[in-house]
Amino acid sequence: MYKLLLSWRYLRTRYIALASIISVTLGVGTLIVVNSVMAGFAREMHIRLHSILADIVVESHSADGLPNPAWHMEEIRKTVGSDLQGMTAAVHIPAMLNISVRGQWITRPVTLIGIDEATYADVSDFREYLLHPANRQKLSFLLREDGYGDKDHAIPPAGWRYRRMKIITERDLEAQERLLRAAINPGGAGETPLAAEGSTIPPDPTGIPQDPFAGTNTAPTFDPAKEQKAGIILGIAIGSVRDRDAEGKVMDYYLCRPGDDVRVTFPSAGTPPKAVSDVCTIVDFYESKMSEYDGGFAFVPLAWLQQQRVMGDAVTTIQLRLVPGADLKLVRDKLRARFPAEEFAYRIQTWRDMQGPLLAAVQMETTLLNILLFLIIAVAGFGILATFFMIVVEKTRDIGILKALGAPSRGVMSIFLSYGFSLGVVGSGVGMIGGLLFVKYINELAKGVELLTGQEVFDPTVYYFQEIPTVIQPLTVAGVVIGAVAIALLASVLPALRAARLHPVEALRYE
Amino acid sequence: MSSVQEQGFRVQGSGFRSQQGASGGRQPPEAAAPRIDPAHAAKSASKTLLHAIDLEKSYRKGQHVVPVLKGVDFQVREGELVAVAGQSGCGKSTLLHLLCTLDAPDAGEIHFEGNRIDDLAPRGRDVLRNKYFGMIFQFYHLLPELSALENVLAPIMIRYGVISYFLHRRQHVERAQALLDLVGLSHRLTHKPRELSGGEMQRTAIARALIAQPKLLLADEPTGNLDSKTGGEILTLLKKLNREQGLTIVMVTHDQAIASKADRTVRLVEGKVAA
Repeated sequence: MYKLLLSWRYLRTRYIALASIISVTLGVGTLIVVNSVMAGFAREMHIRLHSILADIVVESHSADGLPNPAWHMEEIRKTVGSDLQGMTAAVHIPAMLNISVRGQWITRPVTLIGIDEATYADVSDFREYLLHPANRQKLSFLLREDGYGDKDHAIPPAGWRYRRMKIITERDLEAQERLLRAAINPGGAGETPLAAEGSTIPPDPTGIPQDPFAGTNTAPTFDPAKEQKAGIILGIAIGSVRDRDAEGKVMDYYLCRPGDDVRVTFPSAGTPPKAVSDVCTIVDFYESKMSEYDGGFAFVPLAWLQQQRVMGDAVTTIQLRLVPGADLKLVRDKLRARFPAEEFAYRIQTWRDMQGPLLAAVQMETTLLNILLFLIIAVAGFGILATFFMIVVEKTRDIGILKALGAPSRGVMSIFLSYGFSLGVVGSGVGMIGGLLFVKYINELAKGVELLTGQEVFDPTVYYFQEIPTVIQPLTVAGVVIGAVAIALLASVLPALRAARLHPVEALRYE
Repeated sequence: MSSVQEQGFRVQGSGFRSQQGASGGRQPPEAAAPRIDPAHAAKSASKTLLHAIDLEKSYRKGQHVVPVLKGVDFQVREGELVAVAGQSGCGKSTLLHLLCTLDAPDAGEIHFEGNRIDDLAPRGRDVLRNKYFGMIFQFYHLLPELSALENVLAPIMIRYGVISYFLHRRQHVERAQALLDLVGLSHRLTHKPRELSGGEMQRTAIARALIAQPKLLLADEPTGNLDSKTGGEILTLLKKLNREQGLTIVMVTHDQAIASKADRTVRLVEGKVAA
């Protein structure tokens, strides 16, 4: 009984000890905040990483692809069985994308992916990231009239209406220029091709026409105002640049938009591969918020790509989606057994395998942060140790009194142990509440700090989310709190032992 | 509760057994009033309560061994008020510490109610100090964090666990209040020691020593830190307890005047009992 009463009284009267557990409080709070934010980032990253990736990808090493995809898909269906939810075939090929921006040609390296409009949505959430609401319902490579973007992504006018206006403007300009030139130089220079005269447009060494709408290598009957080329869906980061304006507001600048034409160049099938170049019309953007995908993937219709590459019905990848909860690794191993590497030049991976290094890096970061922050709590433990030694010295006479009154050494020891324990509980309890509150209001706090300092805490140009994502994991919180209490308890063991070993007579004489 | 403690006391106490059944007043008291038993006092006048045989104790100071007690031999009878007097440094306090088993003698034996207590296991000695001995010190030795009432209750709190304490909490508190009333401090129950005067602190300490209904009260210079008037009051209180309740008291003092108030004075000279 006296143990509880005394440790309670010590708790209430020794503020120096409370000061020593502030570091425990801070440590626990920080750990909870860091873990929640890291878990939030990790979850967002998982979602993003998985976003347009299928669960399992069977990939051919060869750019010519695996022949007879129908047979492969039948075999896969047999091997995977009831776990299979959807399957599609696709062609992945490195390519080069040329965008014309105000007369300049911008070249972007991309992975060109030929997808089957009918079945691709079965294996990935790709559709949900498209910017046109109708495309989200049903994927289509046809340019829409209007209505791109939503309240999160305001897109400047795009679609057929934009395309027509653009063509009209261009033709007007061209006509005016021709008139002007004829007026200045009536010597017949009007016959010279435009490209040679435009001083802002340098001669193109690749031989790609300066103006995709000039129609130099398309059928002369093609009317860009009424017709479109093969549709292409670009990642938003390929077609736009996110930056800040003079006032520091985050702005998206679009290099091109749905309705514009771009030129893609990619290798054909066969050996040696030849460069195939063609013009495509952007029909939509997608934003998976995963910069690696948004800046690197361009989607075209599978049949068109197969035809352009002259590869028949061969595909380079077969992508699977499994029913929720299915064991990806198990299915992957089954498929590896069915298509052994010795016989088939295929690589069979889950999406986690493909993004393994990135996921591992996040995991390692979290672990390292946890270790560092736990060291803070351990340091706090030494603070408690020192403070407790002081308190034991200060309380030497009281310990002598207690022993003289018949308190056993074990009892004296448990006073200080329960004192340390309750300090740990108070410290980590306050830390836990503070940490959880911090996590709950982290975005409001970030805004507050921005207001106070004028410095942006969370830069949306760096990450593709508008807010700091957080996930509170109850197990982690419990682990942190228990760990902190254990450290406080451990730190009080030595002083408690010292108190228990004090000789009562010497303790009573102590002044 | 108390039976468990006594059991531990017996088992670990290497043979200590109370001759009187050790249970007389040890259950939680039914009546709040302190025990008054003149018959007990009269009956026990001849019985030896505490017997020290040839006690020796020396301290080591660096390489020197300083003998403090060199064969102290004396007896305390039940109901006696004995003063142990002597010069400063003659070993009075050491003797008292040995008697109440806070310290162990180098040689010699101490018998309490006929049983040897100096070689008890630590747990047995703890129980002995908690239940059979009351102690008062020159510097009062109250716990500064606790109020006067809680200080008086401290031995009870040490004896019982949380649950068994709370089961009889009211009785314990009533008894502690009655004791504080007896020593004249009923108006100071909730005061912390630092808010009390020296005399009041010593009275609180006496009440604390009495709460366990001890058989023996050991006082180490109980008036040493008080002015003569307050000291006199404390002495009167001790005498009253001795007379009215038959409480056996051993009081250590260097003051001849105080020693002379006792029934009997044992004089310590150079670590031995003077003739």
